[in-house]
Amino acid sequence: MSRYRVAVHIVPRRGLLDPQGKAVADALHSLGFNGVRDVRVGRHLVIDADAPEPQSAERVVRDMCAKLLANPVTEDFEIANVEQA
Amino acid sequence: MKFGVITFPGSNSDEDAFLAITDVLGQEGVKLWHKDHDLRGVDVVILPGGFSYGDYLRAGAIARFSPIMREVVAHADRGGPVVGICNGFQIACEAGLLPGALLRNASLQFVSELCRVRVETTETRFSNQYAPGQILRLPIAHGDGRYTADDATLDRLEQNGQVVFRYVNAKGETDPSADPNGSMRGIAGIVNERGNVLGLMPHPERAAEAIVGSADGVALFESLLAQVGV
Repeated sequence: MSRYRVAVHIVPRRGLLDPQGKAVADALHSLGFNGVRDVRVGRHLVIDADAPEPQSAERVVRDMCAKLLANPVTEDFEIANVEQA
Repeated sequence: MKFGVITFPGSNSDEDAFLAITDVLGQEGVKLWHKDHDLRGVDVVILPGGFSYGDYLRAGAIARFSPIMREVVAHADRGGPVVGICNGFQIACEAGLLPGALLRNASLQFVSELCRVRVETTETRFSNQYAPGQILRLPIAHGDGRYTADDATLDRLEQNGQVVFRYVNAKGETDPSADPNGSMRGIAGIVNERGNVLGLMPHPERAAEAIVGSADGVALFESLLAQVGV
């Protein structure tokens, strides 16, 4: 067993209204960042977990996302990084 | 009739629900704790409002794993009635008892006001004591009440008569400005397909006596009683 650090991004599904993202985009525009087209505000989780290999650490975090960390009705998730912890 | 009110860490409407059931309706109330493993023979389960587990991760996401929720899901699977109010609605969605999800209000602001909802169907065990199309004044107090589901789910809810309450304006019409949180199709409350689980964002238990501004919530509980002829 090794310890892996798995980072996961969870973001509101595209197409659904994300009022937080819209508020941030409006603020960026008012600061002069006129190139901003869309902002979505989500969560970034970093999970340390013991697993025999990186693939299984990723698999188990995907399972966590499906069962708890992301809401399948409204959010998408992606594994951002897996590294030795 | 025996009503069980579950208290989660962070519930704040449990006492209001208990008082509405006992003082106003004269029914038996049972206080249940989220760590209990037994519903103690209650006929109806109430998941009350509040901020269970500080709304960590997502509103209702952690409460869903409280020990008693296993019993609540089993009760619902047996056809037993469950009423999820506000945070209870969020918990019921997270637990898969109801379709969809409740997201941050479109305004990003917490709303606390007396809203208007229209009774969309009286053919449920939670709304049979209302008149069709009746307009109710019920309080709302939430930051995450924007009902969201995909179009297929919304269409199915409408076709099956599962939309029980909808936000309306003073004329009783749906209107985006009367939708306090940006809920899709103005949905304020729904039942599951089997009709035994109700979730709603407004607080009927806080509208149980005229002295607090409205008694329009009482008939919701009376509907449950009428069902069994109590």
